[in-house]
Amino acid sequence: MILDLIAYGAFFLTTALTYAIMCLGLNVQWGQTGLFNVGVAGFVAVGAYVSALSTTPPLAGRFGGFGLPIVAGCLIAMVASGACAGLVGTITLRLRADYLAITTFGIAIAIELVALNAQSLTGGPFGIGFIPRPFGTLAPSPIVFDSANLALVAGVACLVFLAMERLARSPWGRVLRSIREDDAAAASLGKNPNRYRLQAFALGGSLMGLAGALQAHLIGFIAPDNYLPALTFQVWTMLIVGGAGSNAGAVAGAIVVWGLWSLSGLLTSLLLPGDQQARAASLQIVAIGVMLVVILLVRPRGLLGGSFRRRPPPNDGGSELDAGKLV
Amino acid sequence: MLEAQAVSKHFGGVTAVDDVSFKVAGREIAGLIGPNGAGKTTMFNLLAGSLRPTSGRIRLKSRYVETSPPYARMSCGLGRTFQIPRPFAEMTVMENVLVAARDQVGERMLPNWIVPGRVGRLERANVEKARSLIDFVKLGRLAGEPARTLSGGQRKLLEFARVLMADPEIVLLDEPAAGVNPGLLETILTRIAEINARGVTFLIVEHNMEVIARLCARVLVMVSGRILCEGKPREIAADPRVIEAYLGGAPR
Repeated sequence: MILDLIAYGAFFLTTALTYAIMCLGLNVQWGQTGLFNVGVAGFVAVGAYVSALSTTPPLAGRFGGFGLPIVAGCLIAMVASGACAGLVGTITLRLRADYLAITTFGIAIAIELVALNAQSLTGGPFGIGFIPRPFGTLAPSPIVFDSANLALVAGVACLVFLAMERLARSPWGRVLRSIREDDAAAASLGKNPNRYRLQAFALGGSLMGLAGALQAHLIGFIAPDNYLPALTFQVWTMLIVGGAGSNAGAVAGAIVVWGLWSLSGLLTSLLLPGDQQARAASLQIVAIGVMLVVILLVRPRGLLGGSFRRRPPPNDGGSELDAGKLV
Repeated sequence: MLEAQAVSKHFGGVTAVDDVSFKVAGREIAGLIGPNGAGKTTMFNLLAGSLRPTSGRIRLKSRYVETSPPYARMSCGLGRTFQIPRPFAEMTVMENVLVAARDQVGERMLPNWIVPGRVGRLERANVEKARSLIDFVKLGRLAGEPARTLSGGQRKLLEFARVLMADPEIVLLDEPAAGVNPGLLETILTRIAEINARGVTFLIVEHNMEVIARLCARVLVMVSGRILCEGKPREIAADPRVIEAYLGGAPR
């Protein structure tokens, strides 16, 4: 029983930490640069599919299956998601905040539809299976398997966290903050605002891709309905709950929100009869929504959000989306 | 140093700047005055790159820059301040000034991971330079405070220190005296003169004739989008055309 609990705890934390990596990516985009990316799920999907196609064995009738090592798959996924974000950014970053949101949302939906319909590339609705798992041979012993996964993902998350912390405190991060405060003034000092925004957007996108790849390799199977807009909603909630602008907040928010998500799932499966379970899944989203509202009322800057304070950008007549105002 | 060649700017049917040509020589402090609506600020924004001229050319040292974006002008040595100061409000005075440093490799992403030691060395040197500039504009005691706590005049001083951090060769100052109390104004004026003595060129847009008379050897007068005349401040103040332009709208 206790061993089961430990194994479950390790599995829970492993998953939460993959979300933490997405959150760190969103934090550099939104928390540090003010870019309203509502297409998180799309960049996660690109990473997951690219890594899956790079590392799976060849399969008749489907593209890819290059049988590369997992590390190579993750790196290629980062490059692909980063490039994808860079491309989206090149087209859209001159857009004002709310238009950028709409565009990224649309792109994420498009990516999901491609995953669903381009069967010869993505396996269509059945997804991709037999994705190599880093400790697949240990699977018969859940506690060893889950602990090994946790150690691996915790190591990666830790590296990403340290790298992002260093950037946030670096001269690069300082320029990002100056651009968020007043891009015309930053430009007058010789900083190219769009170049920095693009870098932040691509960097955030590549982290989302990394997280998607890690999830794919942990589970060993991916399908399009892993990458619905609800995923974007979850990651945003994690960042807002934890505290936008703070890397520690991004990690804490991911663990707290994923904890509530898992707990509410457990409760509905225990308390409700079997025939109601499918409907009850919606209650999980309700629980997350309630938590978001409570956090915004009680601690508007999030659990660990310190000095972060948003102002409407100058010369911007339009409104940002509501979530933007609330942060 | 800086030259406008037949520069015009139309906004729809309105001609804000109409075929304006002038030169600013190296190491001088030139003034640009004119009644409200004369096109001074538009001219200023054209020189700084926030606007593109409809026609005409702008030469900065040996390069034509009229189509280059604002951020590219700093690398040609041109800095500017704003009429209403634009400090980075949530950043400290020190951070505000540090942003302007031009030689920090840490402003690119990768060096922060690959050569952190070098970034740190540059950062320490920049902090030292920034501190001396902050002391120079008498904001030393506020270095650690967020810029939003500064008064209007202190913000002008901060912007001045910030633009100097980038080692510009020419600085465009947009109304450095507007809304500044007399004590701080004295600091601003003496600091401009001191920096000019070190070889930095200035072009100053200003309403306050006293300020112009104290700082500028040469004044350009803009009226209705054109250069009306130029000369020494004393000659300009006595020129009947200038007086007419300033009072022209008043009932007689």
